[in-house]
Amino acid sequence: MFPAQITYRRAGSVAEAVQLLSDNEGAKLLAGGHSLLPLMKLRLAAPATLVDIGRIEALKGVSASDGGITIGALTTHAEIAGSDLVQQHASVLAEAAALVGDPAVRNRGTIGGSVSHADPASDQPTVLTALGATFNVTGPGGDRSIAAADFATGLLENALEENEVLTSISVPSVPSGAGAAYVKFSHPASRYAVVGAAAILTVSGGTCSSASVVVGGVEATPARASSVEAALAGSDLSDSALDAAAAAVAGDLNGDPMSDVFASAEYRRAMASVYVRRALGAAASRAG
Amino acid sequence: MTTRIFGSGIRRREDPRLITGRASYTDDIKLPGMLHAAILRSPYAHANITSIDASGAASQPGVVAVYTGADTDGVLNGMPCAWLIPGSDLKTPAHPAIAKDKVRYVGDAVAVVVAETRYQAEDALEHIAVDYEPLGVVVSPKAAAQDGAPQLHEDVPNNIAFTWAVAGGDADAAFADAAVTVSDTITLQRLIANPMEPRSALAQWNAPMGELTLWNTSQNPHIARFLTCVVTGVPEHKIRVIAPEVGGGFGSKIPYYPDEAITSFCAMKLGVPVKWTETRSENYQITTQGRDHIEEVEMAATSDGVITGLRTTVYAGMGGYLSTASPGIPTILHGLMYSGPYNIPNISGTIYGVFNNGCPVDAYRGAGRPEATNLLERLVDLVAAAVGQDPAEVRRKNLIPKFENGHDVATGITYDSGDYEAALDSALSAAGYESLRAEQAQARADGRCVGVGVSSYVEICGLGPSQVAGAVGFQGGLWESAIVRFHPTGKVHVMIGSSPHGQGEETTFAQIIASEVGVDVDDVDVIHGDTDNTPMGWGTYGSRTTAVSGAAVAVAVRKIKDKSRALAAHLLEAAPEDIEYEDGRFFVRGSPDQHKTIQDIALMANVAWNMPEGMEPGLEASAFYDPPNFTYPFGAHVAVVEVDPETGRIDLQRYVAVDDCGPQINPMIVEGQVHGGIVQGVGPALWEGAVYDDDGQLVTGSMLDYALPRADLLPELEVHSNTTPSPHHPLGVKGIGEAGTIASTPTVYNAVMDALRPLGVTRVDMPLTPEKVWRAINDARNGG
Repeated sequence: MFPAQITYRRAGSVAEAVQLLSDNEGAKLLAGGHSLLPLMKLRLAAPATLVDIGRIEALKGVSASDGGITIGALTTHAEIAGSDLVQQHASVLAEAAALVGDPAVRNRGTIGGSVSHADPASDQPTVLTALGATFNVTGPGGDRSIAAADFATGLLENALEENEVLTSISVPSVPSGAGAAYVKFSHPASRYAVVGAAAILTVSGGTCSSASVVVGGVEATPARASSVEAALAGSDLSDSALDAAAAAVAGDLNGDPMSDVFASAEYRRAMASVYVRRALGAAASRAG
Repeated sequence: MTTRIFGSGIRRREDPRLITGRASYTDDIKLPGMLHAAILRSPYAHANITSIDASGAASQPGVVAVYTGADTDGVLNGMPCAWLIPGSDLKTPAHPAIAKDKVRYVGDAVAVVVAETRYQAEDALEHIAVDYEPLGVVVSPKAAAQDGAPQLHEDVPNNIAFTWAVAGGDADAAFADAAVTVSDTITLQRLIANPMEPRSALAQWNAPMGELTLWNTSQNPHIARFLTCVVTGVPEHKIRVIAPEVGGGFGSKIPYYPDEAITSFCAMKLGVPVKWTETRSENYQITTQGRDHIEEVEMAATSDGVITGLRTTVYAGMGGYLSTASPGIPTILHGLMYSGPYNIPNISGTIYGVFNNGCPVDAYRGAGRPEATNLLERLVDLVAAAVGQDPAEVRRKNLIPKFENGHDVATGITYDSGDYEAALDSALSAAGYESLRAEQAQARADGRCVGVGVSSYVEICGLGPSQVAGAVGFQGGLWESAIVRFHPTGKVHVMIGSSPHGQGEETTFAQIIASEVGVDVDDVDVIHGDTDNTPMGWGTYGSRTTAVSGAAVAVAVRKIKDKSRALAAHLLEAAPEDIEYEDGRFFVRGSPDQHKTIQDIALMANVAWNMPEGMEPGLEASAFYDPPNFTYPFGAHVAVVEVDPETGRIDLQRYVAVDDCGPQINPMIVEGQVHGGIVQGVGPALWEGAVYDDDGQLVTGSMLDYALPRADLLPELEVHSNTTPSPHHPLGVKGIGEAGTIASTPTVYNAVMDALRPLGVTRVDMPLTPEKVWRAINDARNGG
């Protein structure tokens, strides 16, 4: 595997990274390298310049913030999976992080790199969308925030403007009493999600007061299961209620379906309903 | 020191250097002035080359030379096929190392760039302009054999490279008279071998001496030398092939490839060393794949489940060209095993070897025998279902009864020894078969899809008698040789012609020496892999290294022992017949204090101060061992699965193996071979398959899509063994490298079908991916 010639630059700060991106036409950011480097080795990507942000300490780690936690873009999946703060505020994110790839991927791959790559088969975009997270970015024009649901704009496409850098992700705490779960059908080779389903169910007085359900792997971007959410709202979360709600996901999957040699679009849609049902069951059992 | 080292599960002596990354592979070797080659490969599966303009590459930074097929005219001969099976109308169309007019699979070599660095060579490839005229593509070996299919080679009508038949008894009569017949069409998909180390070649040309040295990832350096001679024209005694550390092969490093020839060509043209190492992507595209069978099979039986006949028609994909050994795999190593461990009096099979637009197919772990066992075991289960009997019991009533010295089967071969029912009993007992069936009944009552699969197998290995090799068209012998050399201090070198690359013979062959003459295992080094310092041998494949090369070692060290006894008698002033041996000591009968150790003997033989009349100095012996028959290991395996009917996902819950490879030199190594083999056979049942699309593009082109078995998908493997010695082998051993792979594919497949049978599903094409299983369940529910 021999990538084409590149110029390597290391950024010491976010500001320097933004400057290097601005100064070098076609430059790409390098974080954990687990999405970009495989493409470069196959010469499917050949950026003239790599801007390595891997040593910017300010981008690493999980911290408590107003109403939740803030996760630096360079935080690895392994760190998230093992973080007490994540466990306290949004354990479903840790649950998903532990299912990413394999130990080597989790030790090197970063949450920022993963979401920026905008692969619909990744786990974290699905969960972050369900959690209602916010992506904080810095660019030549200053700082701004993008809702997780708006971040992926298409297959491997994101909402970052030219020369913007994703710096952190703000995750609101899952309310106490809510139950959350992420269940995944792993591809046996890649370990990407053939289907991944995230569910967060808030319960009060024995009924579901609100639900957030998102499906990954089936369409080009994480798909919010609005019909499922609507069916759950006010329900008693009984098995039959969950059955009926999960079946409604078919109505939410109207975009361009993913399809490959392992799993056709039809199969992925069918599995979406199965895995949404399983996520709902797990979330309901954890609620209250 | 112990003489009971034979049978001891000592740790592998080769492992420390391998698992600490301190072993030296071909790509680790760096020679002064060495240049690097990158090969331009066809992006089309089938196309005419209308023009090549390589001039743009020649001027790129660091580029030293660019060659196309035209440059090799008159210099390189075509790539040889070395298994010319007789009576099959075999066609061997031209296979140039670098394609000239036409490409026949994605990855076919079109040009080569030699540059100062590999990066520069890769960059320069992008500046070679090739115009292709795409042609029709055919991927399925059966479709390729039909009238009107795209033709890969002008002189091969219907792409049929050969038609080979096997027959015994009267199969048609058996089917006409049968109370029960079952049939299936089985696809045994293409598999990618995936050795950890990709292939590599480093060629050095010594012009003044006219000598070519080739470091090469080969399972058989002596064959590689012979074929290098054939292709380059360099005389055999002027070629040295070195297989340094080789990181797995699984058959894919048996063939002699165009890449070796191209690298040698470049080195000879330029007069400097040239290295080429394949990328993993290239490994997927160009390193020979396995299987690619479409098999139309049927079995005849009585109403009581006694098998009376087998008929097959097999379309075996060859890929774009014939690889080194490819014609022998689906024929000699497949069709001759159609009786399996059973009495099947009437057998008829027709095998078509068919060119198709994919990577060439050649030996892959098991090579022909997994395909035979798979179809037999699937058919036996269908017979059991048809007659309403337990599949284990149907096997039992058809197994060949125990025999110790030869049993003829209808395909015309003679098994050496076997006790198939004992293996089946052991496997059923270890698995707790009756309890499993009771648990299954309960699970079914609870609405769960639990299945139990059983298979019995026998394989042919220890290849093999050279006279037979010649009779079946193998363009070589199949004997092995060994030199055992005792140095003055009693340390030992064993030089062998075979070429282990992970199988552990540096340990097990030292155990043979140690157990025969009482030296310490650590005093024995096993030398292999270099044609200049090892005796001739035909290589490591077909579970033959211990079975054949190990026999040569045993015969050679027994010559050492005989000479030692004679020398001891002379030194102890006793008659040779009065010398006894025990634990490394030769002593006068009744006077154990009067003795010479093997180390004493080694010293005295090497200094030769006091040799008996007529005895040559030195303590060295060589042996050439040509086996009188093949060896036939066997066994029985049991698997338990649960299928999730909602998703089609399969959970392999238990795997029990009983293998009988005769006496085990090192049970730990046997167990390791069985572990790896089982996993490599479970792969194609559940996950693995090389998929080409209709344009002949490899869809599963990387480990992102090609699903190799992973540890977390497998249960703890329960491995057991029985011991039935081979009657003709000096140590009684049979070989174990492929057994697991041969048995496990149908065992797991049968378990899944057993789980699904109540749902009305009786067959699914492998690999049994979740979607295929889910669709089969849905189709059955919908009355399909």
